[in-house]
Amino acid sequence: MPTRGSGALDGIACGKETHKCDAGMQDTLLNIEDLKTYFYTFEGVARAVDGVSYRLRDGEALGIVGESGCGKSVSALSTLRLIPDPPGRIVGGRILFNGTNLLELTNRQMRKIRGNHISMIFQEPMTSLNPVLTVGGQIAEAFRLHQGLERREATEKSIDMLRMVNIPSPANRVHQYPHELSGGMRQRVMIAMALACRPEILIADEPTTALDVTIQAQIIDLMLELKEQLGMAIVLITHDLGIIANTVERVIIMYAGKIVEEAPTRSIFRKPLHPYTRGLIRAMLRLGSKIESGRVRLEEIPGVVPSLYDLPPGCRFSTRCPRVMAMCRKEEPELREVDERHFCRCWLTRHGG
Amino acid sequence: MAALGTYASEEQIRALEHQMGLDQPVMLQYTTFLKNLCHGELGKSLITHQSVAKEIAKVFPYTFDLTVSGMFLGILMGVPLGILTAIKRNRLPDYLGRIFSLTGISVPEFYLGILLMYIFAVKLNMFPVVGAGDPGNLGERLYHLVLPAFTLGIAMTAFVSRMTRSSMLNVLGEDYVRTARAKGVSEGMTIYKHALRNALIPTTTVVGLYATVLMGGSVLTEIVFSRPGLGKMMVFAVKDRDYMTLQAVIVIFSAAVFFLNLVTDILYALIDPRIKYH
Amino acid sequence: MPEDIRKGLFFYTFRRNKIAIAGLVMAVVIVCLSILAPWISPYDPIEQDIKSQYLPPSLTHLCGTDGYGRDEFSRILWGGRVSLMVGVGSVLFGMVFGVSMGILGGYKGGKWDVVVSRFNDIFMSFPLVIFGLLILAILGPGLLKIIIAIGVALTPRISRLARASTLSVKELPYIEAARAVGQGDGKIMLIHVLPNIFGELLVMGTMWIATAIIVEASLSFIGLGVRPPTPSWGSMIRSGLDQLTNAPWLSMIPGLAIFLTVFSFNLIADGLRDIADPRLRGA
Repeated sequence: MPTRGSGALDGIACGKETHKCDAGMQDTLLNIEDLKTYFYTFEGVARAVDGVSYRLRDGEALGIVGESGCGKSVSALSTLRLIPDPPGRIVGGRILFNGTNLLELTNRQMRKIRGNHISMIFQEPMTSLNPVLTVGGQIAEAFRLHQGLERREATEKSIDMLRMVNIPSPANRVHQYPHELSGGMRQRVMIAMALACRPEILIADEPTTALDVTIQAQIIDLMLELKEQLGMAIVLITHDLGIIANTVERVIIMYAGKIVEEAPTRSIFRKPLHPYTRGLIRAMLRLGSKIESGRVRLEEIPGVVPSLYDLPPGCRFSTRCPRVMAMCRKEEPELREVDERHFCRCWLTRHGG
Repeated sequence: MAALGTYASEEQIRALEHQMGLDQPVMLQYTTFLKNLCHGELGKSLITHQSVAKEIAKVFPYTFDLTVSGMFLGILMGVPLGILTAIKRNRLPDYLGRIFSLTGISVPEFYLGILLMYIFAVKLNMFPVVGAGDPGNLGERLYHLVLPAFTLGIAMTAFVSRMTRSSMLNVLGEDYVRTARAKGVSEGMTIYKHALRNALIPTTTVVGLYATVLMGGSVLTEIVFSRPGLGKMMVFAVKDRDYMTLQAVIVIFSAAVFFLNLVTDILYALIDPRIKYH
Repeated sequence: MPEDIRKGLFFYTFRRNKIAIAGLVMAVVIVCLSILAPWISPYDPIEQDIKSQYLPPSLTHLCGTDGYGRDEFSRILWGGRVSLMVGVGSVLFGMVFGVSMGILGGYKGGKWDVVVSRFNDIFMSFPLVIFGLLILAILGPGLLKIIIAIGVALTPRISRLARASTLSVKELPYIEAARAVGQGDGKIMLIHVLPNIFGELLVMGTMWIATAIIVEASLSFIGLGVRPPTPSWGSMIRSGLDQLTNAPWLSMIPGLAIFLTVFSFNLIADGLRDIADPRLRGA
């Protein structure tokens, strides 16, 4: 039976059967260095991801937060090299997965990674499942593709996966079509499909945005539970800081293609350094807050995200920043470590925040 | 729907018969006609005084052959071409394919027939020029069928490939195709297993509708290649003012349209699991 | 910008603009030639000259002569008038009725829509040529009758597309506003809906002109078109067919004329569609 990580990927497989690296050793699983993904269209060049670097450790939960168009989804798609070319193209940087640069792999090698070592789930469960194939068939495809299973065995395992994501009567569901399931269940199926081959990393791109609020919590809980069970790392991408608060260990805030702040979750909320982060936090509605009682108005960040084709000189947030200085409009600040493991890209922090 | 179609054309025919000075009450005529229809009696031709039903039965197989093989060729060539131009979008095969289909829909079918006839039958002498061949001899029938069928088929290919291309492009942009790629499915498998079936859904509807266009095209092709057939019969009936025959042919034609629509609906329900057919 | 992407963008813009313009130029040339036919044709198209039967193309007769010694080139020019008149005329006819019906059914909905939709469904499945044939059977031959016949045949198809377009603009905010202000349905349909779908109608119309020209040629080819001796490309092909072996140009050249005309209109239609929907994925 073909195993994973054969051939050129020998260095990548990491004890898949037990999935336990050395208990104390925290390996850097994913290391993204200076990633640049640009889109070329009639209107010019959109620098969707412009020099983004971050690390993901084994079993870590990382959150990436930002408004639409900030590049958070594009960076995730770049990791799996799913950027449509044309008009997009990864023009720079390295993506190191267990030491191997994914950008240098052939298409065939890359396919062995997708859905197998690194999986991704998307925002719209309604349209992300193929309407003409059964739910079970789509999950089984992962097994047959990466583990070479026969149809019957793959279906058995699919039923197991459905059970794992808490879908009732899985043996019946496995033969149903996506349109026969509710939104929440479809997202569970997506998760089942993504986790079938026990990937080391699950990237979840706004997994709950399209779902009802009541279902959102269920899905997030499910994902965290499975994370513990399977010992995998999660990258949770969202625009909603509220989801981040109790789910991930570290947070990355992105704006207009760059990382503007990075810190452990608690630090982000206790001591947000970047004006954008502060704006996001203020814009959150919280129970028992002064906003709810009507004493203070809900704040929003004035202005709009600049067009990626037409970025302002200097700091990209300068057009909307409440504490903008002359320096900000001239020169773009670097990402600096301000506190322990707390990074910020802002001239204010250079002067002591 | 065919019933309504028949009613509509019946209006026209009734008008014609009035013109001819038949003095029986219209409703009586009409019910007589329907009654006869149910018995398979379609009246006698005004010109030849032979039973229309017999005439139709004689020529129907030829038209059937032609239409079916034309459609077969059209799908066989059109769908793959459409897929190819969608996959290789904006590259050479796409441009060539699209020029071909644009040309195909700009050429009148009968002209295409004449061209094919000139090149392959007259100049190269590969195929017979006219006629349909001895009905008993299958080989001869096929031989005579080649050029006319290709005439219809090429015209259909131009149309079908455009539809398939557009449908395929839509599907390739859908989320579930992205999901398949994210799972590690190869590009070829993504297209074959995930995209194709979804792209064929609208194509099937279009092909079903095109069948009626094919029937129209067969009229011209039958004349160009001097083949016997329903279309030719209809044309001569109009020219000769043979209203009995004309009436009967229209009925047959409406029935065929109805039947084809039905088949299309069924096919559609088979391909798309979201449709539940009662 | 990477080289290959730049090339791709270049070809795309080139195609969008140049090819549509080529179509426009071709169509304009053809239209002009046809309009000017009476002045530029070297011979009278119906003048016979039995001594000069079946002459191949030469300097005196650019496209040769037919069975009656008539100059093909002049006949082609005059035939173009027929084709274009029928093409444009029938589409205009069809649009007057088809668009009205479509907007009526699409905008008012309810019983109106049921009637319009039923009408469309019934008559759409008849191929244009056969439909035209049947109407000509009633009306008899003649240029005007053909225009009406094809126009009537086109009406349900045009109506259907107009209805679909109407539905898509029906929910636009300022149409709602017009209703709220109390404007009558008729006025709304005329002043608001019509201009909005005009672009789509233009693209549609160009396509149908191309189709109508083919249908006219087909009907003439069958023998139910304009009465001889008026030249029509379709009937010219028909008579040429008998002489396929010894005088192929008689059927080939009119066919080529039809093709070029129809092709140019289709190019225009494609180009217009691209302009109307620039980010379309390319169909």
